[in-house]
Amino acid sequence: MSKKNIQTSFSDLPFLSDDNRPVQHRGFRTGIWNREIELRNFIQLNYTPYTGDASFLAGPTDTTMLLWHQVLNLMKEEQNKGVLDADTSVVSSIISHNAGYIDRDLERVVGLQTEKPLKRALMPFGGLRLAQGALEANGYSLSEETLNAFKNIRKTHNDGVFDGYTTEIKKARSSGIITGLPDAYARGRIIGDYRRVALYGLDRLIEDKIEQQQSLETPSITEEVTRLREEISEQIRSLKELKEMAALYGFDISGPATNASEAIQWLYFAYLAAIKEQNGAAMSLGRVSTFLDIYFERDLAEGTITEAEAQELIDHFVMKLRMVRFMRPPEYNQLFSGDPTWVTEVMGGMGTDGRTMVSKTSFRFLQTLHNLGPAPEPNLTVLWSQNLPDGFKNFCAKTSIETSSLQYENDDLMRDYWGDDYAIACCVSAMKVGKQMQFFGARANLAKTLLYAINGGRDEISGDQVAPAMSPITGDYLTYEELVPRFELMTDWLAAVYMNALNIIHYMHDKYYYERLEMALHDRDVIRTMACGIAGLSVVADSLSAAKYAKVRIIRDENGLATDFETEGEFPTFGNDDDRVDDIARDLVKQFMNKLKKQPTYRNAIPTQSVLTITSNVVYGKMTGNTPDGRKLGEPFAPGANPMHGRDHKGAVASMMSVAKLPYEYAQDGISYTFSIVPKALGKSEEERTTNLSKLMDGYFGEGGHHVNVNVFERETLVDAMKHPEKYPQLTVRVSGYAVNFNKLTREQQLDVINRTFHQAG
Amino acid sequence: MKDVTGYIHSVETAGTLDGPGVRRVLFLQGCPLKCLYCHNPDSREFKCGRQTTSYEQLREIAKSRGFLMKSGGGVTLSGGEPLSQPEFVKSIFEGCKMMGLHTALDTSGFTGWRADDELLSFTDLVLLDIKHIEPDGYKKLTGVDLQPTLDFARRLADMGKPVWLRYVLVPGYTDNQANIKKLAELAKELGNVERVDILPFHNMGSYKWKELGMDYKLENTPEPEESSISMAQSAFREAGLTVY
Repeated sequence: MSKKNIQTSFSDLPFLSDDNRPVQHRGFRTGIWNREIELRNFIQLNYTPYTGDASFLAGPTDTTMLLWHQVLNLMKEEQNKGVLDADTSVVSSIISHNAGYIDRDLERVVGLQTEKPLKRALMPFGGLRLAQGALEANGYSLSEETLNAFKNIRKTHNDGVFDGYTTEIKKARSSGIITGLPDAYARGRIIGDYRRVALYGLDRLIEDKIEQQQSLETPSITEEVTRLREEISEQIRSLKELKEMAALYGFDISGPATNASEAIQWLYFAYLAAIKEQNGAAMSLGRVSTFLDIYFERDLAEGTITEAEAQELIDHFVMKLRMVRFMRPPEYNQLFSGDPTWVTEVMGGMGTDGRTMVSKTSFRFLQTLHNLGPAPEPNLTVLWSQNLPDGFKNFCAKTSIETSSLQYENDDLMRDYWGDDYAIACCVSAMKVGKQMQFFGARANLAKTLLYAINGGRDEISGDQVAPAMSPITGDYLTYEELVPRFELMTDWLAAVYMNALNIIHYMHDKYYYERLEMALHDRDVIRTMACGIAGLSVVADSLSAAKYAKVRIIRDENGLATDFETEGEFPTFGNDDDRVDDIARDLVKQFMNKLKKQPTYRNAIPTQSVLTITSNVVYGKMTGNTPDGRKLGEPFAPGANPMHGRDHKGAVASMMSVAKLPYEYAQDGISYTFSIVPKALGKSEEERTTNLSKLMDGYFGEGGHHVNVNVFERETLVDAMKHPEKYPQLTVRVSGYAVNFNKLTREQQLDVINRTFHQAG
Repeated sequence: MKDVTGYIHSVETAGTLDGPGVRRVLFLQGCPLKCLYCHNPDSREFKCGRQTTSYEQLREIAKSRGFLMKSGGGVTLSGGEPLSQPEFVKSIFEGCKMMGLHTALDTSGFTGWRADDELLSFTDLVLLDIKHIEPDGYKKLTGVDLQPTLDFARRLADMGKPVWLRYVLVPGYTDNQANIKKLAELAKELGNVERVDILPFHNMGSYKWKELGMDYKLENTPEPEESSISMAQSAFREAGLTVY
C-alpha cells in the first residue's frame, strides 16, 4: 500500500491551485455548479458521507456555555413577561435595524432580528389587525404614525384578501368549516436556498438574476411575464439589501464564503434577512448540515479548525435559531401554540446514488440538543431510511429518548418523489430546495363537513345554512348508505369553496406581501404546489364506521337539527390495524384529494394535501358539534393523522400500522403522526431502549408511514410540569409536526397532550 | 511535492493493457536500452519529444479522475524508460496518490537504482520487463547489462511491492525453453510476482525504424507459433504463477 491516504478534499493539491477558480472554491471538485447556480451538484461532488458513531463529537466550549447562560436568562425573563420587548413604530425590513448583539465578544455567529435580543419586530404587511392586536395583547400600542400609514396609505395582504372573498367563502370561514387560512398573516412555508449565498456570494447571485430578467424580454409581454419581471426586480433589490445588512455587521458578503465560519455566517445572514421581512407561520431553514460539512471537512484538512471549534460554530448558529421570535396575537396561538417558528432543518437520508447523506455535521446538529439542552427550535427533522448507518440511527434514537425534540420522516418514501436535495417546510411538507415552493392552505374540517351532510348544509351549532341546501337525513337512524352519497356531495362543495379561498389568498399574498428575498434564492421557474389539508380524519373514519357497523340513533333539537348521536353496539375504530375502518380512512384521503384536483388553481399550482393539524385540532374540536363516533361537542380532534385518543387500544404497532396505510400518493404534503411512549415500554437498559426505538422506526417506515413525532416520557412528568412549570424550564414535547416548550402551551392544550394515548409496556 | 519538468512521447487516454482497469498511460521520452525488437524506437532519445511539467500532467489526470476510478484503473507511466526521469515520475505518482488513483510503473528495471524508496512508496504496481534471463542474451538483445534489473527485482521483492512480470517472446532470441524455465523459477522465488504477461513479438513497429532511417535487424523474424506461446505459458504456470 502507498503511504499517503486518499485526500477527502482536494484542498492540498498544489497542482490544482493555479487554475482560475476563486480561492474560496479551492479544493472543491468542479462541475455544473461552477457554471450554474446548482447546489445539489456541488454537494454531491464534494460531501463526505459519515458512517461512524457519535464518539468524535465535542461538548460545549466555555464560550458557548457563557453565551448560552446569557440567552437562557433572557428567555426566562421573556417567559415571565410574555414578550421581552417589541417595536411599535419601525416596520421591519432587511435593513430596518442597526446591528444587534447578545455579547459581541462571545458570539461566533452574529445577527439579530432587531437591535436587541428577543425584541420582536413589527410586521404589519400580512395584516394590520393582527399586528396591532398582538402588540395590544402584550401591553404595547402601535404608534399613530405607523397605524395611519397602513390605514390610509399602504394596503395589506389581509385587506386584499377580504376585497376578494365571496359571501360563500366568508360564511364557510366564520362557521369554521375552513379555518386557519393565511388570510390575515404571512403564509410562510417557503424555503429560500440560503446555502447559495455562502457558496456563490451575492454578486454572482445578482448577476444570475439579471440574466433571468433579460431572459424575460420576450416578444409579447403577458400578465405572467410582467408579474415575473416585477418579482425578479424585487428579488434583485432584496439581494442588494442583504449585502447592506451584512455590511452593518462588518461583513462583505459579495463574494463566496472562504471557510466554515464564513459559510455559516453568510448562510445565517440570508436566513436572517428572510425573517426580518417575513413572519410566515413556518420559516424553515432547509437542508444545510451536509452542505456546511463540506466546509468543515476542508477546514479540518487544512488544519485551521478543531472539532471543538466546529461544534462551537454549530452551537452558536443553533442558539441564534432558537432565538427567532415573531409577534403573535392570542388568536394566532390557538392555531399555532407555543410560539413556534418552524425553523425546520432536515438531515440524514440517502442520496439517489445510494451513498448516505449523513455527514459529521448531521451529528453536530443533533449534538446541540445535548450541549445546550432540549429545545423545540430549530425543528430538527431526521430523514429516515432503512439504509441509514447504524451509528446515526442509534444517536438519533438516543437523542429522542433524552430530549423528545426530534421528528422523523420517511426518506425511502419521499426520495422517489423529491430526489435527495429536498427539505421540509414547517412539519411535513417536502419540497426541492430552491426549485419548489408551496402555497400554504391550512385545512378544511372534514368532521364538520360530515355533520353538514347529515343536516343538509346547515351548521350543527348555529343552525345557519352555510353550504347549499341539500336533502338532510330524516330517519331516526344514521345509515351508511344514506350518509355516504350526501358526504360526497358536501365534500364536492367544500373542495370548491376551499380552493376558491386559497386562490384569492395567494393572489393577494404575491401582490401585497411577496417573499422577495426567499424567492431570490430560488430558480427562475419554480414548481408550485397548492397545499391543502384536512382535519378530523380519524373522527370521520370512526363516524362512518359507526354508521356502517353499529346502530347510530340521531338526536335532533326542536328545529330538527341533528345535534347528538347515540350508538348501540361495537364498531371498529381507526388505529387498531383493522381494515374495516382503515380502508374508510384511506378512501377519505384519496377521494378528497381527487376533488381538490378538479379545481383550477392560482398560477397553475399543483394541488396537494396534508393530514396535519398543527395544534388546531383543539380549536377545530371547539368549533365542531357532537359527532357520530361518540366525540362530544368541543372536544379536540386527534392531531394530524392520529387515531382518536384512547381508541387505539391494540398497542403501538397496531396504531402505527393503521396510520402507515394512509396513502402518501394522495397526501403529498404530508401525513403527520404523533407518538408518545413511556421509557419502560422501550426496554430495560438505555442500550435496549435506543435499539428498540430505532427498530420501531424501521418497522413503521418500512410499512410506508410518512412521519412520526417521538415523545418519550411518563404522563406523570407532564402532570407535574403543569403544576410546577419552574421545575421544567426546557421540557420539550412533540405535537403535530413540531415541538414546543410545554410551559408555553395553553392549559387546554397541555391537557390535550396529556390525554393522548401513551403507549405502555405490554 | 514540487512541479518537475519532464519529456513525454505520447499519451494513451484509455489504455487497458498496462495494468488493471482503464488507465491513462503516459509514454515518457528517453531510454538507455537499444532493444532489437523495440517498437517505439522514436522514444529512445533523451530530452526531446514534448516538454511538459508534472503539474500540467496531473491537471489533465485530475479531469478524468472519476472515470479512471470507476473503472478500477489509474495511471501507468511507461516509455521509453520512465526511470530515466525519476523526479518527474515521483511528482506525478505523488499527485495521483493524493487523488486516490492507482499507479503503475512500466520499466525494464535497468535504471531501477534511480527509483528511491519515496518514489516506490507512491507506486502501487511495477510492470517489470525482464527481457532475457542470461547476461549474454540480455546484452545481445538490449545492449546493456542484466544485473541492474535483477538487483531491482530483488529490491522490489524485499519490500513486497506487487509486480507483474512481462516477457516478450521473440523467436530465435527469447524462446529457449531452458531460459524460460529459469526465469519462471526466479519469478516464483521472488514471491511478489502477481501475474505474468507473455507478449508475443510482432512486427508492427518496423515502419518506425524505417522512418527514422535505422537498421531493423528483426525484419524477417516471424511471429511466434502458438505452440511456442503455450510452452512459455506452461513454464510459468508450472512454477505456480498466474499467466496471461
